[in-house]
Amino acid sequence: MKLTIERAALLKALAHVQSVVERRNTIPILANVLIEATAAKGKEGRLSLTATDMDLAFVESVPAEVTKAGATTVQAHTLYDIVRKLPEGSQIGIDNDAAKGGGQVGIRAGRSAFTLAVLPAEDFPKMSGGDLPHSFDLAAAELRGLVDRTRFAISTEETRYYLNGIYMHAAESNGVKVLRAVATDGHRLARVEMPLPAGAENIPGVILPRKAVMEVRKLIEETAGAINVSLSDTRVRFAFDDAVLTSKLIDGTFPDYERVIPAGNDKILEVDCKTFAAAVDRVATISTEKSRAVKLSLGKGQLTLSANSPDAGSATEEIEARYTAAPIEIGFNSRYLLDIAQQIEGEGARFTMADAASPTIIQDTADQSALYVLMPMRV
Amino acid sequence: MAPGLCRDCLSPLDRAGEAERCPRCGSTRLLFHPELFALAFAHVDCDAFYASVEKRDDPTLADRPLIVGGGRRGVATTACYIARRYGVRSAMPMFKALKLCPQAVVIRPDIAKYARVSRDVRALFDEATPLVEPVSLDEAYLDLAGTEAVHRRPPALTLAGLARRIETEIGITVSIGLSFNKFLAKLASEIDKPRGFGVIGRQEARGFLAGRPVRVIPGVGAKQEARLTADGIAMIGDLQRVGADELGRRYGAFGRRLAHLAEGEDSREVERDHEAKILSAETTFETDLAALPALEEELWPLCEKLAGRLKQAGLVGRTAVLKLKTADFRLLTRRHQLDRPTQLAEAMFRAARPLLAREAGRRRFRLIGIGLDDLMPAVEAGPPADLFGGPDDRLEAVERAIDRVREKFGPASIGKGRGLKPVRPRGQAKKSR
Repeated sequence: MKLTIERAALLKALAHVQSVVERRNTIPILANVLIEATAAKGKEGRLSLTATDMDLAFVESVPAEVTKAGATTVQAHTLYDIVRKLPEGSQIGIDNDAAKGGGQVGIRAGRSAFTLAVLPAEDFPKMSGGDLPHSFDLAAAELRGLVDRTRFAISTEETRYYLNGIYMHAAESNGVKVLRAVATDGHRLARVEMPLPAGAENIPGVILPRKAVMEVRKLIEETAGAINVSLSDTRVRFAFDDAVLTSKLIDGTFPDYERVIPAGNDKILEVDCKTFAAAVDRVATISTEKSRAVKLSLGKGQLTLSANSPDAGSATEEIEARYTAAPIEIGFNSRYLLDIAQQIEGEGARFTMADAASPTIIQDTADQSALYVLMPMRV
Repeated sequence: MAPGLCRDCLSPLDRAGEAERCPRCGSTRLLFHPELFALAFAHVDCDAFYASVEKRDDPTLADRPLIVGGGRRGVATTACYIARRYGVRSAMPMFKALKLCPQAVVIRPDIAKYARVSRDVRALFDEATPLVEPVSLDEAYLDLAGTEAVHRRPPALTLAGLARRIETEIGITVSIGLSFNKFLAKLASEIDKPRGFGVIGRQEARGFLAGRPVRVIPGVGAKQEARLTADGIAMIGDLQRVGADELGRRYGAFGRRLAHLAEGEDSREVERDHEAKILSAETTFETDLAALPALEEELWPLCEKLAGRLKQAGLVGRTAVLKLKTADFRLLTRRHQLDRPTQLAEAMFRAARPLLAREAGRRRFRLIGIGLDDLMPAVEAGPPADLFGGPDDRLEAVERAIDRVREKFGPASIGKGRGLKPVRPRGQAKKSR
């Protein structure tokens, strides 16, 4: 293998690839990135970089001037660090000449030269293949909308592993077919939907694991075009322009979330979302580290936020609100309120409540595509 | 002219002339120290506490060697000062203690009784100063700064009076260490045990420490001592010579801490009502155990015991701590952070079992313990209720139901299956006492 590549192109790809590699690995080759150089006659050469943690595999390919095709694996973080530290605008030469034993790979740029130990490319684990019968396209903005507005609610609880991801499935909402993303940690729930894309009509309900979600999110940022999603019962693949991420799905049953979205809540509060979030943030300064509780006291046309801590003191703030139902007091975790407020892009937020002990629904007043359910806490 | 006091009649004295006896009462228990009335930080330690309590309650034991401890393979918990003359020490295996002192009387510890006596002692401490930090049943730190205005006598005299009251009103003796911080007060209380009164002043602290071995520093165990000795540091004087900068370079934060203590600097304060941040229950086995099922069988009742205490105290905790001691006395602790704070025996057991499974089978253990760390009041812990019903909800319902049945019909009325001991074949059944 012998090739030359621009530093900028290699660095960008490596940055994506190395983030898949776990920092601590018991299997040495999982710390490595598979580098494969291909040269087809009359076409530009390509260098493809692959990393995996056995649950998730990521491949990105970049143009390179390939003199001799070949493949090997080197430590991902070491390679990334080297490329990162090389001067901007460098041309990087990579070769592992079988004649020289092939047991090492040379990295060269300007006057810098590195020799890295390798592990054989044949030993690099391949994610099991198999058909991905369902395939549909999502615009980058659509996928971002699904991921951003749900991922904050993903649970980290090991005991309920089936909540450690985003549940994606096809559903019907008011007679319209939609693609839904749902995440919950039991304390809050986020449900986001969009018109069902062509090809997704018969998809099974799948749980995308947190790590795949987070990696996908990073890649969306740098993609303008469409992203192809294909999946089976056990695997999902996200194909970007030059990169493909394949992940196992969480093998579990997502709970029947519809049952916890209250239907009969009748007390409606509307606030200016930014004002509300800023006030919650200020008042929460006082609430204890452990509970982070803030109390919402609702009266006619007015909302009072307050927090109390036996150690720190107390805080209150009044904000204008549209509220006409009977006065109530209800407590929430301020962190959770802020997480949701951050996802609301419109000016207004609408809270639909029943009482101080029952789940509350929060929505953007101007956008019904996202719905959040939040469990109150005793205050 | 060093100020002094008589520990029997509590008269303040000046070392004028060469008085060997108290001019007022004739006692020889006189104490002189240049800084005697300038120091206010004390460590009070009951002498051979368990043994002293037993001797108090049975005067026929007064002149006989006494060991409190027991069990077939137990250890000597406390040896009285007579037994100590034969070489018996605390934590010594019983068979060895009895080899050294075969005529010793052995009494099984009665912790409930010692706790009662400890409370009486504590009550007297509280009269001396509001700043009392009990370390265990038989020792406490007292900060008497500012008490002179209340008692109209300097802390040294208050302490001497305290020791005399504990002797006359409770019937046991204590040793007092008086200095200007925790570390030195503790060392001072060991200077002339039993029934002692040791003083370490600011002037002499550095010199006093220089001649002591490094292991008297809290936090320096056998392992650290070996490491320091290997580096040429055996005495605290060696630490003083090496200096803070070098110690910090060599041993990091641990080294800097050593350097401070070696210079007699200790900024820890007496913490009143030092709250328990961790609660635990443990047991030493009759014979060493290695197999997982046998260890689990010991673990479960401990979880129930600990849960009982947590429920009574209204506490929950977030981190389960499994403690194991190997047959060769190596201590292992394994921690697991729970998803949510708990006080349930079942939740603790479920958290500890995988930790135990990882350790079991490879070696033999003599002790197992379960603890819960990161404690907080249960009322404060309330995370928002769970939309789907938390995963512990069912466990909780079951355990609360068991608790209610036990409350009504007694602790043995109901329990989980895993709490049942395997039925022993006839003839080998353990005799109940």
